[in-house]
Amino acid sequence: MAGRNTIATSPLPAQKTKLSDHPASANWGDRIFYNLVRLSALFVIILSSLLVIELFHGSWEAINKFGIGFIWGTTWDPVKEEFGTLPTIIGTLVKSLLALIIAVPISIGAAVYIAIFAPKWLRGPLSYLVESLAAIPSVIFGLWGLFVLVPIVRVIQIWLKGHFGWFPLFSGPAVYGVGVLAAGIILAIMITPIITAISRDIIRSVPKSQMEGMLALGATRWEAIRKAILPYCRVGLAGAVILGLGRALGETMAVTMVGGNAFALITSLFDPVHSMASQIASEFSEATYSLYISSLIYVGLVLFGITIIINILAQILIWKISNGKVGIIE
Amino acid sequence: MATATQSKLHVTDLHFRRRKIADRLAFIALSACAGITVFMLLIILSYIFYKGATQIDWNFLTALPKPAGEPGGGIRNALIGSVIIVALASLMAMPIGIGTAIFLNEFPSFWVGRAIRFLADVLTAVPSIVVGLAVYTLVVRPMGSFSGFSGSVAYAFIMIPIIIITAQEALRLVPSNLREASLALGVPRWRTILMIVLPVSSRALLTGLILAVARALGETAPMLFTSFGNAFGNVNISKPTATVPVVIYRYATGPYDDWHSQAWAAAFILVGVILLASIITRFVIRSKFDE
Repeated sequence: MAGRNTIATSPLPAQKTKLSDHPASANWGDRIFYNLVRLSALFVIILSSLLVIELFHGSWEAINKFGIGFIWGTTWDPVKEEFGTLPTIIGTLVKSLLALIIAVPISIGAAVYIAIFAPKWLRGPLSYLVESLAAIPSVIFGLWGLFVLVPIVRVIQIWLKGHFGWFPLFSGPAVYGVGVLAAGIILAIMITPIITAISRDIIRSVPKSQMEGMLALGATRWEAIRKAILPYCRVGLAGAVILGLGRALGETMAVTMVGGNAFALITSLFDPVHSMASQIASEFSEATYSLYISSLIYVGLVLFGITIIINILAQILIWKISNGKVGIIE
Repeated sequence: MATATQSKLHVTDLHFRRRKIADRLAFIALSACAGITVFMLLIILSYIFYKGATQIDWNFLTALPKPAGEPGGGIRNALIGSVIIVALASLMAMPIGIGTAIFLNEFPSFWVGRAIRFLADVLTAVPSIVVGLAVYTLVVRPMGSFSGFSGSVAYAFIMIPIIIITAQEALRLVPSNLREASLALGVPRWRTILMIVLPVSSRALLTGLILAVARALGETAPMLFTSFGNAFGNVNISKPTATVPVVIYRYATGPYDDWHSQAWAAAFILVGVILLASIITRFVIRSKFDE
């Protein structure tokens, strides 16, 4: 217990000063206020736990019936009341990986440009435009994807199938337009601003001397970026990419609208297949009995588990390099 | 002798030129990457403007939807529903979010603070559809029906971590000598926080709130299991309530051309409001990157 006058004399936000150490010595107003804000912080912990508890609660029936085997089950048959979710997990992963393949080079390229090459007057507006792309809701990307992107993808599919139809990835039906390819492209557009914004902050957190040292030795700017900057922050960039992956895995509306919702194992880039989120979104209103609903919530629980693991991994990588001072929200 | 030196020079010259060209190409490629990103934004926005702006008239904003298949009608119910649900969500999320931020910043305790901040970071990453499912079993099932209220709870879940993160940043930027001056005058800590710290950071706090509201306004997936939808002008939050993003989803995936054009019009309004919010926050408080 600290003394009575601690509050008045201590420098405030310093890490060591804790009002919590001496609630008895504070005046009644302070005590009430402290407990109120502590209560709201406690509420955040309760809310997070409720989230997990309710997911388990909602999916309990399906967990009891199918156990952990639900994850590698390949049947989804509401008529026979048999559910397993492996194809949607694979569908989610393939779509998200495709999105990463498209988005990562563009995002990191854009981040390097904004952080290093762009003239000073252009940096602010560029960052702002990129972040505006992140502010557009998923359902809008879905709408745009459905009416603009899908017809374009259909043309590309027909062309690819005509010329490279022997290649297994392009062997699927080319008639729909909706499918893995369209979903991958729309996801790529959606995660680009996130990866760009975080990578930009990470690249800017590299000490200037790194680049200046290379330039002083006679390197060109590109050489300095490639050999001094990117290696220096590769851990943080990996974090940014993984964060983008986490976002792609959980994206719902756009993928539901352009992914072509069929429950099947992926065989080619043109297949219309479900991802986990799209299956939940599109089947929930048709789920007529409780085991069906419970199974859909179980899919949500699996999705939750995957995104949480991936995001914690990303947070650790990003925190490591930048102490958390990056991102879109701030 | 002279020719040897010359050719040697020539070789380094070539080598140098190659590095120069690589540098140039890299510059072009990198700026192209930034260009593509901005280009995608502009293309999507202009397409929404082109398809949506022409559809909007007074009737669209003030009329209720017509039965499926009949042309005409508007989205009054969804506009009102979205406003009510998001306003109620803000009322739930704001005290908790700002209270938590005050706890984190003004009463720092290393481990608890770090743990809660970490939770907030993780919560921002929870897919919104998962939040919807949790609120479905938490609120919708016990209440026995989809409701606007459950939609507010889902939105509050999504808004709270955003408000915590932005508010903590806002409070952090308040100079500590302001606090010390107030405390030195004998003002209790709670009054110092309420009368000095919060007013000083109010613009930044407002920015965070607007960001959270803008984010919630566009969230669709959780509403599918919570507020659901309603074709009538319902303002009772214990009943299913229409929201703008859900209407866009239903109309876009529906079979009628008239629905499609209404989806574009609704999208135009939604994107317009969200971008307006982002422009306002940008001029209320300038972005970190400009400083």
